[in-house]
Amino acid sequence: MAFKIVSSQCTSCSACEAECPNEAISDKGTTFVIDPAKCTECVGHYDSPQCAAVCPIDDTCVVDPKFPRYQAA
Amino acid sequence: MDSPVNHPAHEGAVDIDGIMQQIAEHKGCGTEGGSGKASCGSGAGQGDLPTEIWEKVKNHPCYSEEAHHHYARMHVAVAPACNIQCNYCNRKYDCANESRPGVVSEKLTPEAASRKVLAVASTIPQMTVLGIAGPGDPLANPAKTFKTFELISEVAPDIKLCLSTNGLALPDHVDTIEKFKVDHVTITINMVDPEIGAQIYPWIFWNHRRYTGVEASQILHERQMLGLEMLTERGILAKINSVMIPGVNDQHLVEVNKAVKSRGAFLHNIMPLISAPEHGTVFGLNGQRGPSAQELKALQDSCEGEMNMMRHCRQCRADAVGLLGEDRSAEFTTEKIMDMEIAYDSAGRKAYQEKVEEERAAKVAARSEELEALAGTASDITVLAAVATKGSGLINEHFGHAKEFQIYELSTAGAKFVGHRRVDLYCQGGYGDEDALPTVIRAINDCHAVFVSKIGGCPKAELTAAGIEPVDEYAHGFIEKSALKWFRTYLERVASGEVEHTRHGDASIRQGALINVA
Ligand code: SF4
Ligand code: SF4
Ligand code: SF4
Repeated sequence: MAFKIVSSQCTSCSACEAECPNEAISDKGTTFVIDPAKCTECVGHYDSPQCAAVCPIDDTCVVDPKFPRYQAA
Repeated sequence: MDSPVNHPAHEGAVDIDGIMQQIAEHKGCGTEGGSGKASCGSGAGQGDLPTEIWEKVKNHPCYSEEAHHHYARMHVAVAPACNIQCNYCNRKYDCANESRPGVVSEKLTPEAASRKVLAVASTIPQMTVLGIAGPGDPLANPAKTFKTFELISEVAPDIKLCLSTNGLALPDHVDTIEKFKVDHVTITINMVDPEIGAQIYPWIFWNHRRYTGVEASQILHERQMLGLEMLTERGILAKINSVMIPGVNDQHLVEVNKAVKSRGAFLHNIMPLISAPEHGTVFGLNGQRGPSAQELKALQDSCEGEMNMMRHCRQCRADAVGLLGEDRSAEFTTEKIMDMEIAYDSAGRKAYQEKVEEERAAKVAARSEELEALAGTASDITVLAAVATKGSGLINEHFGHAKEFQIYELSTAGAKFVGHRRVDLYCQGGYGDEDALPTVIRAINDCHAVFVSKIGGCPKAELTAAGIEPVDEYAHGFIEKSALKWFRTYLERVASGEVEHTRHGDASIRQGALINVA
């Protein structure tokens, strides 16, 4: 149950960092990264994952297939 | 990391935690957009500025056209995040060779930013204003923005603080803006009709949701109007920036002008859209064109009378340093700042600025003298003239070295600044560049004369052939006085039949030149 950031797309704009309710996002210099242990896909906080909603670049904050989705459809 | 700024001992330091907490609290209090709250609005027709407003603008290069000849500003890029998407912006584009509004190569921490401000203020004593203008929205990054203001007001209290925002988060932060004595706020407002907004903004992020379409623009519009009203109520000067997008909002901006005027905005700045395909913006890719110089001027003219129009905006990048139209940011990279010895000498700055004021007074006196000489001459001829200047209100730039020309409209009423035109450097290192000259001519094609401190024989001949008179006999003279003097002789020559007065055509706004301000 986690999101990840596609680092080749990330512009390092930092918009996502402030929106994450779990402080799962941090600045790694040239890109931002999500700590999968902290990410809850925003369930319980908001209707949709905040990082994906605020990120200006489409398909940059995406589900990490390595982690099972919180609400598997 | 150690604080890079040489604080003069830390007593009396501001309570940062308290401020941060306040910022956090503010973030949550986004009340529903207050529609229909149009209540305030200052009295119309401020022909002469009241003293307290004059004090706020007299040495602000963006808020006072006259001040921009003499005073410099700097921007620090501490705020990369944004909460809306505009079709004229591409956030993936950031290249060290590029220079255009909102694009910036070095993002700074608040601590590094405050060191940079000290370094610049010590080197450029006429730097009076610090702005935070992105590259994202400063209020989408409130913690970084206000921390920067706090550090700077501690180390350099004489510097004016200034902020640019898209307005979406503005109502949440007006109290903090007031608290930090930020006296000047710019809001970018491109529409008051959400249907038009939907063609400009694909989405906004607000109250933890992404909104799209007309709904997004409706929210943005309400928040912008509310934010503007709140600033006006508190006596904070608001400048409105609008991007002129032909076929989308060009006619509509007259409407925008009325709306912001009635809510007490101080100054309206209508800027041309920049949209080259290689920027990869939505507008760039779908072929949306920018306005021509005369289209822009016509729109600005039609809004004038309603309120003050800003014509000297340079659409600066988010880390610009120096006089408007000049970019000295390369002198102040993080690396260079770290090596610099910084001695902030506020007494020295003050003395320097007093000298600047003397120079400025002399210029004003010279202008009124020349106007008196013109008085009595009756003519309805108006012409545009281009001026090559390095600042101080003087004709002091070589034609071949000018990166831009300032444009004045000359009539028997006086010399009125109406804009500027960026050009590519005509002459690099003393050799005329063959291909650049036609582009310079295109950029000032609507002018009857160009005033320079010096000009070579070849460009002189080509300008003359294009109907633009090169004038170098007023080298190092005051711009307005000299231009009026020349205008007097021009009218005489027309009257004697020596020259025939003809209207000139349109000029193009050089997109490439706007982008590459080296
Ligand atoms: S999905 Fe939500 S919790 Fe996970 S990183 Fe994004 S913002 Fe944080
Ligand atoms: S919002 Fe998107 S582009 Fe910006 S830092 Fe986060 S992942 Fe990168
Ligand atoms: S972009 Fe315009 S308003 Fe902003 S600093 Fe430059 S000239 Fe002034």
